[in-house]
Amino acid sequence: MKLLTHNMLSCHIKGVTNGFPFKIEATEVSETEADYDPDFLRHIFPRLQWPALKEGAESLGVTGLPDEVTEELLQDEDFLKAFHHALLEVTLQEGALVCPETGRKFPVMKGIPNLLLNEDEC
Amino acid sequence: MGKGERPEHTAPPEIFYNEEEARKYTTNSRMITIQASLTERALELLALPDDGMPRLLLDLGCGSGLSGETLTEQGHTWVGVDISQAMLNVAAEREVEGDLCLQDLGQGLPLRAGTFDGAISISAVQWLCNADHRGQEPRKRMRRFFESLYACLTRGARAILQIYPENADQAHLLTSSAMKAGFTGGLVVDFPHSTRAKKYFLTLMVGHAGTLPTPQGLDGGSDHEEEAIAMAGRRSQKRRKGNARSTASARHPDGKDKAWVFKKKDQMRKKGYTNIPEDSKYTGRKRKARF
Repeated sequence: MKLLTHNMLSCHIKGVTNGFPFKIEATEVSETEADYDPDFLRHIFPRLQWPALKEGAESLGVTGLPDEVTEELLQDEDFLKAFHHALLEVTLQEGALVCPETGRKFPVMKGIPNLLLNEDEC
Repeated sequence: MGKGERPEHTAPPEIFYNEEEARKYTTNSRMITIQASLTERALELLALPDDGMPRLLLDLGCGSGLSGETLTEQGHTWVGVDISQAMLNVAAEREVEGDLCLQDLGQGLPLRAGTFDGAISISAVQWLCNADHRGQEPRKRMRRFFESLYACLTRGARAILQIYPENADQAHLLTSSAMKAGFTGGLVVDFPHSTRAKKYFLTLMVGHAGTLPTPQGLDGGSDHEEEAIAMAGRRSQKRRKGNARSTASARHPDGKDKAWVFKKKDQMRKKGYTNIPEDSKYTGRKRKARF
């Protein structure tokens, strides 16, 4: 699972009001090369929750992202490269996503998060 | 699976799409072509602005990632959702570009609001019409699905869901429950006059997104190239046969004229049959109506 997906996911257990962002417990992290596309990065940037991305990146062992971001940074090539790497190249292979409100763990296996709910949760 | 049998009737999706079924989707070239052409049509209906900008799309019921590959070819980034672990494993093995999630559409999508530029789904959503476990209510599941889908799309986005409804009621149920969630749009039926080529696309729009697109093959002529070619071949053969015959064949369109009857009777006599009626002036004539 990439951090792009992590940034879009929000816990959907019944009754949970603030299920975003999932905390990441990582046991295995991999890196795959993805096509660098600044257009896509600029397109998706306004929709991202930056603090969640930064926190997620740190739990996957990626550092070097700034705390605060502005629109001007999107013209900076170095920032875009680092942004691209964190968003699309780092992949969580094994571990778990933890709901911030209930603490329910959703296991991640072979890079695929299992977000199925039990009967009493939906 | 036999002809006319629906997979929805055999088992729940997470069980039906096992390793064996998942393998079919990567080895069977016919399935691959169908999936690719359906995805292309869905993308066409999605009508993303033509500015060459890569978008973030959602693939509902992505399975082994066949539809996702078409999205990747068009330069879009996608996130796939499916309920079958076996299918997702195949997708992961094939190293598809999109990210995958194991999820039940009927439990709602765990996605933040306003995050996706569009959604497609190929042959998946009709599974929501079934209650596979005790306590599953199709109406409730549909409502959760459509409400969460509506929320996660950006304003002006579309969702194109290609479905195989079992009957008119199912199509109506899905459409009305999508409308209740706030979508506009409706059902686009391609090739409505053909039984085999007919395809249903539930075209849903968030907010104002223009008019409903026109279906393909509305003029009654099937656009199915193979079918059209096969039909044309048969017709010309028949015409050739007819031209070679004399005018007598006009009265006997099957070519079974008097000469043909005499020939057949002769053949039977040579074979040793003794109960063949004698030839007379009445042989091979049509009975009068008053007979």
